[in-house]
Amino acid sequence: MIIKTQKSIAASEITDPLIFKQRRQIIKSLLAITGAGIAPAWASENKPMWNKLPQGDFSAHDLTPTPLELIKNYTNYYEFAFNKEDSTDLAQHLTIDPWSVEISGEVEKPTRFHLEDMVRQQTLEERIYRFRCVEGWSMVVPWVGFSLASLLKSVKPLSRARFVKFTSVHEPEVMPNQRSNAMLTWPYTEALRIDEAMHPLTILAVGLYGDVLAKQNGAPLRLVVPWKYGFKSIKAIVKIELLEKPPLTTWNQAAPHDYGFYANVNPNVPHPRWSQNSERQLNSRFFTPRRQTELFNGYGEQVASLYRDMDLEHFF
Amino acid sequence: MMRIDKLWLTTLLAGLIPLVWLLFDIAFDQLGANPIQALHIRLGDWTLRFLCLTLVITPVQTITKWRGMTTYRQMLGIYTFFYASLHLLSYLLVDHAFQWRMIGIDIIESSYIWLGIVAYIIVFLLAISTPKQIKKYLGKNWKKLHRFIYLAVGAGILHYFWQLKGNLVEPLFYLIIIVLLLGFRVLVWLTNRQLSKMMIPKSRK
Ligand code: HEM
Repeated sequence: MIIKTQKSIAASEITDPLIFKQRRQIIKSLLAITGAGIAPAWASENKPMWNKLPQGDFSAHDLTPTPLELIKNYTNYYEFAFNKEDSTDLAQHLTIDPWSVEISGEVEKPTRFHLEDMVRQQTLEERIYRFRCVEGWSMVVPWVGFSLASLLKSVKPLSRARFVKFTSVHEPEVMPNQRSNAMLTWPYTEALRIDEAMHPLTILAVGLYGDVLAKQNGAPLRLVVPWKYGFKSIKAIVKIELLEKPPLTTWNQAAPHDYGFYANVNPNVPHPRWSQNSERQLNSRFFTPRRQTELFNGYGEQVASLYRDMDLEHFF
Repeated sequence: MMRIDKLWLTTLLAGLIPLVWLLFDIAFDQLGANPIQALHIRLGDWTLRFLCLTLVITPVQTITKWRGMTTYRQMLGIYTFFYASLHLLSYLLVDHAFQWRMIGIDIIESSYIWLGIVAYIIVFLLAISTPKQIKKYLGKNWKKLHRFIYLAVGAGILHYFWQLKGNLVEPLFYLIIIVLLLGFRVLVWLTNRQLSKMMIPKSRK
């Protein structure tokens, strides 16, 4: 499959690559000072985590990534708290090492992976993707990850497998809203159709800005599906199941009229209570206009064919 | 008299504290990762708080039997209008940079904003009917018009509820306050009616 890279980007969004590199150097050297404690077992200490990862054809290398500090401080994690500040603080209590991931269901080789083994078998790449939240904000994230398709192929999906379900960690000890059973059905689950899961844009991420993911960003392993609203990109994955029937997913189950199974970014389908036509890009100054939201978050060229005969207003 | 004047001045200045605080946070970059939204939300919160404070005055006056409070009610009402206008302006200018097409689509598709607009129109009408001449001109209708403040606060709270994904605690707090205040007014109204009923047969004797 040949996939074109991102289409043209407004000049104002392009950063001088040199500045970007320098900035990353600075961040890396800062992390090198404090980094030893946060590195998981599969990272060798004292070295920058991932130096010079290949970018691949799927990365929008001409987009300016949102500064790391903003990415780390503006994220939802409802297991911990319903607001961004508290959830970021509380997420630090999650233990992510050791970590294992079970892959089961309609596969020839059900496997339980230690995270480090799983990552060692995959090719890591940097993928600079747009990230759009249903709440109406967006950022540009330089993920470090690998193709989900490649992982799934390694366990040999059966032809019966038509959906892929993901389950987040269940740790009521450290996750207050799981402990009190607040709002949603825990643990958090998400799912993709098998063709969405096998799409080369879909990755499992282990890092951000060349280093390991921060806990609030979904460490140690999260899904990233850049053409869908952020809540589809489930965090802290412990289980991946291949299924014949579509599974229930957390938000869709909690509020089916608000959050559909597909949740493809679509400016023409408003949320029942608010518009999805535009988005506030993080790191923009006062008086900067909002960005016009794009169908499939700008990835239409690559993914529109997956939904060719579907009424996107019905299957939102 | 002097004491009241000092209090008046203090209240006037106190009403500006949220604005000064906000300007301070803007200047020192204390508004977090999404400062545009934070600014807008702060102004919305203060609008609702001033609206609630405005409604507290009459019950306090009834309980304490202190007569000089109407000026404070008026001042708080004007501050409500002031913060509501800044909230609206931050939406139109700071967030949308006067991109009218985008603003139009956003308003049409966001039902929670309609409720904000209803609340704002009422607060606006109440504010412009403040001058003495207009008050005189409106006569009894002035009081009737000002009862709409309850509709405004109801719309304001719904406007708050309606945009949330899940956390209902904060708007619930305002809702409880307003139900209490409204309950108090109804109670006073009922007792007054009761009293006047008892008065009638007596006077006829
Ligand atoms: C008296 C009138 C109004 C009151 C009392 C009010 C109050 C509020 C409150 C309390 C919030 C929520 C803040 C929070 O999340 O803590 C809010 C949010 C908001 N208001 Fe208003 N508002 C009023 C009028 C308006 C008007 C006229 C508009 C637009 C034309 C508007 C647009 C918005 C928007 C867009 C938000 C959402 C901010 C966000 O979460 O991104 N409001 N308002």
